[in-house]
Amino acid sequence: MPLALLLSVAGCSRASGEASSDGALTLLNVSYDPTRGLYEDLNAAFAKRWADTHGQRVSIQQSHGGSGKQARSVIEGLRADVVTLALAYDVDMLHEKARLVPADWQARLPHDSAPYTSTIVFVVRQGNPKAIRDWDDLVREDVTVITPNPKTSGGARWNYLAAWGQALRREGGSEARAQAYMEKLFRNVPVLDSGARGATTTFAERGLGDVLLAWENEAFLLTREVEEARFEVVMPSVSILAEPPVAVVDHNVDRKGTRAAAEAYLAYLYSEEGQEIAARHHFRPRSETVAAKHAARFPALKRLTLAEVAGDWRRAQATHFADGGVFDRIYAPRAD
Amino acid sequence: MSRSSRHRVLPGFRLSLGFSWFSLGLIVLIPLTSLFLRTFSLSWEEFWGTVTTPRALAAYRLSFGASLAAALANVVFGLLVAWVLVRYRFPGRDVLESLVDLPFALPTAVAGLTLTTLFSAKGWYGQHLEALGIKVAYTSVGVAIALTFIGLPFVVRTVQPVLEEIDVDVEEAAATLGASPWQTFRRVLLPALFPALLSGFTLAFARALGEYGSVVFISGNMPLRTEIVPLLIITRLEQYDYAGATAIAIVMLGSSFSLLLAVNLLHRWSQRRLEARPGA
Repeated sequence: MPLALLLSVAGCSRASGEASSDGALTLLNVSYDPTRGLYEDLNAAFAKRWADTHGQRVSIQQSHGGSGKQARSVIEGLRADVVTLALAYDVDMLHEKARLVPADWQARLPHDSAPYTSTIVFVVRQGNPKAIRDWDDLVREDVTVITPNPKTSGGARWNYLAAWGQALRREGGSEARAQAYMEKLFRNVPVLDSGARGATTTFAERGLGDVLLAWENEAFLLTREVEEARFEVVMPSVSILAEPPVAVVDHNVDRKGTRAAAEAYLAYLYSEEGQEIAARHHFRPRSETVAAKHAARFPALKRLTLAEVAGDWRRAQATHFADGGVFDRIYAPRAD
Repeated sequence: MSRSSRHRVLPGFRLSLGFSWFSLGLIVLIPLTSLFLRTFSLSWEEFWGTVTTPRALAAYRLSFGASLAAALANVVFGLLVAWVLVRYRFPGRDVLESLVDLPFALPTAVAGLTLTTLFSAKGWYGQHLEALGIKVAYTSVGVAIALTFIGLPFVVRTVQPVLEEIDVDVEEAAATLGASPWQTFRRVLLPALFPALLSGFTLAFARALGEYGSVVFISGNMPLRTEIVPLLIITRLEQYDYAGATAIAIVMLGSSFSLLLAVNLLHRWSQRRLEARPGA
């Protein structure tokens, strides 16, 4: 197994550091697992642009891990200049638990502060031996599904809500019947990894499961770049509009004096150049021109919004993932 | 060492004791106290509700059960390894000696990943076990194996020095008096080794209870079936439920502390009995 994968699974993150002996500026971007490659490219490109326009060297440190764990580190004092996380709920907590960002943080950047979007798709083994086409196939008795634990993984919460949303829509909006679908689905899940990368390892390296629920960018990374011959992506007819948000951490940039660079960095994500890089990493760009250019990368599918599926994150959390929520009821002790 | 002992290389008793309390207080007691303080935001009913959910109960059962099984397995294997290392000289002994400590040094997540790879249905061990109908990865058996792996050095390293102290003469004497090997082991060696085995068992058990890294990979983390207590704590933290997380942590801490205390008392009692034995 490649070392990089090992390290990412172990949830390792590079340490922060803002010391600048030569006038160079250091920013720390605290992010989640699947954005590692994306930000490697974005950081290099932004540093070049910042040097061209401001004549100053900027180096951006990256920290990756589970989205919730990353948010907690920032709450507990990791001096992130910006956070680029998997769900808005985690950024909300930066406000609620530690007042590191204002309550209206999401309104400060276009598109609810989500510069790129993604969705949840299926990865199946080469040749699609179980003929998995859509959500219905995931609850067949002969199919096993790999998805991480939504209680410990932000990405898994998108997986879960994608499944819930399409079930809710198909079952005519009946929550009881959607829950019945979810129970059948999770009966087919043999392992609940704690994070998205762990689930990918379980599926790809251990050969467990017939289908992996994954972020679109991870799915294409796996099938086009890493394991070309072994896996295929299956686009379900409907999925969810995943909007991973970004935010400047006000409290930290004001103390460190890095606000200008941090804001420019996030603005850069929305620039044509930044959008282009996002598209190359299989994150769906917001820019229509860039999206049109890369249309082939992004097969069309109906994407339900979080609002359609579960209201907002606070409600999603309370209904599904909090104690006694739907996810707990799925696993409630049964008589059988 | 008591207060009255003659040789004192380090500065006086008061200073040493004072410093011991201070440093232990700083790095053990204060963090643990702050842990308790964090749960104070919960009412007693909330606390009780949190720590007795079916998932929590299932997790206690698994964590304590698998840790117990692992510690017992380590007592047997650890004694054997220590025996071989002390009583025999053979090529490769140095390698074996260093191998024993490896679980101490290895990041447990790496251990977990490796064990999962080996024991999963396609792994080197797993494919053969699967053929026999034995599932290891993603079951409680897998949890116990991971915990055995991380606990082994504790038993070997506590038993080894004691075993070195016991002269081979004692065994030979027993043999000349007509004792069978089993009798010699049971009547002569085992009583002398018992306190060390107990210490090793305690350490391995305590270590296993708190283990997280290696287990999350091999257990599969299925609610009510293969979730360990530390995972449940992490789950609470992922929901930003600090009070709930510490509530479960406190139950864990309380029960491990009472268990360790009980084993220590047993240890003291057996030591005293050993010293009281005529001729020991």
